[in-house]
Amino acid sequence: MAKAEEYSRADHELFSVKVIDNVEISAGVYLISWKQNGAFIPGQVVKVAIDRLQPPRIYSVCCGNIDGKINILFNIKEDGYLTPKLATAVPGDELLVSQPYGSFHGDGSPAFWIATGTGIAPFYSMFQSGLSDHKILIHGARYLNQFYFEEELEWAMGKNYVRCCSLETSCNVFHGRITNYLLEANHFPKDYKYYLCGKSLMVVEVRDLLISKGIPYENIFAEIYF
Amino acid sequence: MKDQLFGKDLNELQEISLALGLPKFTGKQLADWLYKKEISSVDEMSNLSKSARELLNKKYEFGISAPSKVQVSLDGTKKYLFPTSQNKFIETAMIPDDDRKTVCVSTQVGCKMGCLFCMTGKQGFEGQLTAGEIVNQIRSIKEYGDVSNIVYMGMGEPFDNLDAVLKSLDILTSEWGYAMSPRRITVSSIGIIPAMLRFLNESEAHLAISLHTPFDEERRKLMPVQIAYPIADVVREIKGWDFGRQRRVSFEYILFKGLNDTPLHIRELVKLLSGIRCRINLIRFHPVPGTPLESPDEETINHFRDQLNDKDIIATVRASRGQDIYAACGLLSTKELVGKEG
Repeated sequence: MAKAEEYSRADHELFSVKVIDNVEISAGVYLISWKQNGAFIPGQVVKVAIDRLQPPRIYSVCCGNIDGKINILFNIKEDGYLTPKLATAVPGDELLVSQPYGSFHGDGSPAFWIATGTGIAPFYSMFQSGLSDHKILIHGARYLNQFYFEEELEWAMGKNYVRCCSLETSCNVFHGRITNYLLEANHFPKDYKYYLCGKSLMVVEVRDLLISKGIPYENIFAEIYF
Repeated sequence: MKDQLFGKDLNELQEISLALGLPKFTGKQLADWLYKKEISSVDEMSNLSKSARELLNKKYEFGISAPSKVQVSLDGTKKYLFPTSQNKFIETAMIPDDDRKTVCVSTQVGCKMGCLFCMTGKQGFEGQLTAGEIVNQIRSIKEYGDVSNIVYMGMGEPFDNLDAVLKSLDILTSEWGYAMSPRRITVSSIGIIPAMLRFLNESEAHLAISLHTPFDEERRKLMPVQIAYPIADVVREIKGWDFGRQRRVSFEYILFKGLNDTPLHIRELVKLLSGIRCRINLIRFHPVPGTPLESPDEETINHFRDQLNDKDIIATVRASRGQDIYAACGLLSTKELVGKEG
């Protein structure tokens, strides 16, 4: 393990920050924050650890790039090492984090943003950074309480914000999985970009579906939760 | 459900023995029976007392399981289908080549990595294999005993199930286990850096990295892992590791028509890999459903190989084997699963 620990020490220069906020925004789902230390591009990720014993985990930044802080969105993995401890962190506690990095970047060009669960994080960062013009956000979840940030997204994006709920129903929410929604929908411009974020099976299924609808794979960008 | 003895390491077998009130050396006897002799039940462990066997039988089962299906290619390659403890299926390939028999084992049921060109990824991730389930893929095939080489290149990403992979390597290479040389074993990964470093530190087996393109943006579209662990970082870590004289690192490179088979790719590969004593295995792409990628023609493949060799990078084209039996990894198990669910 020595070399992996060395990597943790050297990798992207993990440094210590203090938690400034940690809020349970839905059952078992938390938004934890620390002070921003340098610029980032919406869509980037950070590495997060609570000690040097285990390699860090990677999370998308989940806030605007002018907010003066870094937020990440996480849900508790009961058998995990990091998230049960992270959930109990309070303001003033120390975390080890990296500078934001990565190449899942948003920009001003027309695009579909497609996410499931906490995969909404990079798109919320893009949205909060002023990149939501000409975007269609499709968010899938099993339960209605998993549409994080839905009030502000609905208010700002209107009809360009689509929720797909597979296990519960509500007005203005498509009942079914994202793939069901995409199968029924028809308008997928080939010159748009398609950003996907979530678990691997969703990403793979949506990517195949888009390719079958004629979208060039070069226009599909995927970020998978490992 | 009873726990399984097969897949336990020597320490665990000694602990089991002590917990059952048996002498500690029974652990070594168990390891001999599990990994050095061809038996399939506790009752056949003839140097254990009857009461010891009864104690073991009460709490444990032997733990090997036979393949549920086997397909044989015209070229002699076999593809075995094994049921897993989670009621899913995994594949194991046995590839004969002159006097060698190479077994390609799976490490996960499905895969999380979502590579564009991979059939296994289309199943999603359905579970981790245990060390016993990994080693069982070698122990329970007909060719067991004649196996000369093992490659961890089947379903799943080995470095996403590293504890079980390291334990399986321990069983395969320890004196108390199968006592195979680690130089006959290659573990292939897409390059999860912290796990790769731990593997290099804790194992002596060879390393293979799925490269597929030296360009960041191209690799992101083929392999989402590139966002988290860019190939340049993976290679930088490899350059910093002392592989010694015997241990090998190689790079897997599937050729895609018009995408990663150009002179620009050769130039960038040479730049990326300079300073590493390595080999590139060029692989023909066998199309999988729903993937918009194609294989280049033979002339392009051979030219790509020759160009790399001219630049002092050892490159070989891997022979395609078992194409008539769903050679693309994951096809057979996906079909079996669909059949079962249907």
